[in-house]
Amino acid sequence: MCPPLLRVEDLRLYFSTRKGAVKAVDDVSFEVDRGETLALIGESGCGKSSLAKAIIRLLPRNVSVYEGHVYLNGEDLMNLDEEEFRKTVRWTRISMVSQAALNSLNPVIKVGQQVAEPLILHKGMKEKEALEKARETLQKVGIPETFADRYPFELSGGMRQRAIIAMTLITNPDLIILDEPTSALDVLTQANIMNLLKKIRRELSLSFIFITHDIALSSELADKVAVMYAGQIVELSDAERFYKSPLHPYSTKLMASVPTLRENKKLEFIPGSPPSLIEPPKGCRFAPRCPYRTEDCSRDPPLISLGDGCYVRCWLHWKG
Amino acid sequence: MLDAGFTGRGERVANSQVLLSVRDLRKWHELKRGLFGRVDYVKAVDGVSFDLKRGEAVSIVGESGSGKTTLGKTILRLYKPTSGVILFDGIDVTNLKSRELREYRRNVGFVQQDPFGALAPFMTVRQILEEPLIINKIKKRERIKRIRSSLEEVRLTPVEDFINKYPHMLSGGQQQRLVIARAIILNPKLIIADEPVSMLDASVRIEILTLLRELQRRHNLSVIYITHDLSTTRYFSEWIYIMYAGKIVEKAETGEVLSKPFHPYTRALLNATPDPDPKNRFVMRDVPPGEPPSLVNPPEGCRFHPRCIYMKKGLCDKKEPPEVEVERNHFVGCWLYA
Repeated sequence: MCPPLLRVEDLRLYFSTRKGAVKAVDDVSFEVDRGETLALIGESGCGKSSLAKAIIRLLPRNVSVYEGHVYLNGEDLMNLDEEEFRKTVRWTRISMVSQAALNSLNPVIKVGQQVAEPLILHKGMKEKEALEKARETLQKVGIPETFADRYPFELSGGMRQRAIIAMTLITNPDLIILDEPTSALDVLTQANIMNLLKKIRRELSLSFIFITHDIALSSELADKVAVMYAGQIVELSDAERFYKSPLHPYSTKLMASVPTLRENKKLEFIPGSPPSLIEPPKGCRFAPRCPYRTEDCSRDPPLISLGDGCYVRCWLHWKG
Repeated sequence: MLDAGFTGRGERVANSQVLLSVRDLRKWHELKRGLFGRVDYVKAVDGVSFDLKRGEAVSIVGESGSGKTTLGKTILRLYKPTSGVILFDGIDVTNLKSRELREYRRNVGFVQQDPFGALAPFMTVRQILEEPLIINKIKKRERIKRIRSSLEEVRLTPVEDFINKYPHMLSGGQQQRLVIARAIILNPKLIIADEPVSMLDASVRIEILTLLRELQRRHNLSVIYITHDLSTTRYFSEWIYIMYAGKIVEKAETGEVLSKPFHPYTRALLNATPDPDPKNRFVMRDVPPGEPPSLVNPPEGCRFHPRCIYMKKGLCDKKEPPEVEVERNHFVGCWLYA
């Protein structure tokens, strides 16, 4: 059997700070298949962006622990040194649209040039050829070719986001990480970008990891959903199951806090706030805020498999 | 609804139900002064009229650049209106100055989008809440009483745990509660909340909006809730006004707008806002082409016409649509219904 496109196993990423180690990603495992989109959802500070950075290995200097396995097509990327990783993985096989992407374009370089850059830098392509490819890719994302000769300030927010998506597509990667790709955009522009991502996914059978705090928006792309809380995945489920009946108490509460446009429901919120990642609660990290807390919860719950690729980190679902 | 509080000739009518009346309000920001005195303006608010009753909440919904924030700040009189009238509690506040303006602002609380930016980092919770009381010359003993009670109202309790803290020691949700405590400490009649929850997480959003709703009901406050997010409006307001390019294009009761939108722009907004549903990933959404127009040179006629699929040539691109009451208390500015 052919291995999944991406398999993350026991991944940990800790940062050292004056107050102690911040356990941003703490023992995370999941898989993403070819052509599949995994939505990674959770509140701010739950470690979802750190997880993205750990996969594409864009790390700040104060990393104290970075261990585990990241298999891409069966090859463990953790065995590559920085030089090999840069040459063979980052931006060639895995690329990323980061949160601040809208402002990450260089204001004094023409858009086409910037979109072509990954080809020149990572694939060693000649500039002329790369520029040609850039025009082609821009067209694919709905930007007229002529815009390649314009500067970023001449483009609207939505257009700039399209240009950035073109930049991630141009090297034909297997996996694109989208970290809050539309959080700075307006509702209609956001819907436009989601349409574009749906189209790209269908045409190129790409895999996405779609990171967002917006649960309603996550359902626009998700085939599978992973819910993160305090550095850990607490639920991993397919979309059909997750949006209809989430299983982990945190997921159910989170879902109950999502206002809906088309039906009236009783909105709830989760009392308290997420724990510190320096000293997370012992046992289940959600227990202090959980209405279903029992004595069991003082022990660390494992990620319990419920079959069909569904996993929950909660003693309520323990049958053994 | 439009004529409550006003007669046709713009005279004031005593109507105790209506707290705020805005008539044909305009706020044009001066952009640059060219040669020969030529001036360009950003027409951020361009002819807005509405009434707000006591104890009611209205959501003003629009995308960035629709003028919704400018509208809020003009009503607060942080901006001087270019033209039009603002009546508050029967008093014309359009051109108030210094002392009278301070008196007016006592009655209007403001909740900003970014709580941390709205709180002075070098002041403690006590100092932050005391400032408006000092400005309004409230006696020391009364001040301490009010600080305590407003902290209790926003549930930053026990009060002792919070009163000597600095803003950075509070979580985002707690900071926003503090901003709300400051907004209500002078017992205002109206709260203007400009995207009060857009920087917060899903669960904290609901917590803060629920708190605002409780305060509204308990003190019979009027609330202007400015937001880009249609999905929260159902739960937190009686009315929805949809803004596009400096104008209100549709206004009606919340349920009406959500279930029977008339304006093509409102329909597009509703259509583009997803609910959590696994079927969404198979659906392409209809989005009107183009971008919102520049407010310096907005399109002639209906401002939405360049993006509208129902555009009638010679009409929509020439003449501004009138505001039509399509159903009782449901107003739409669109030629389709005129």
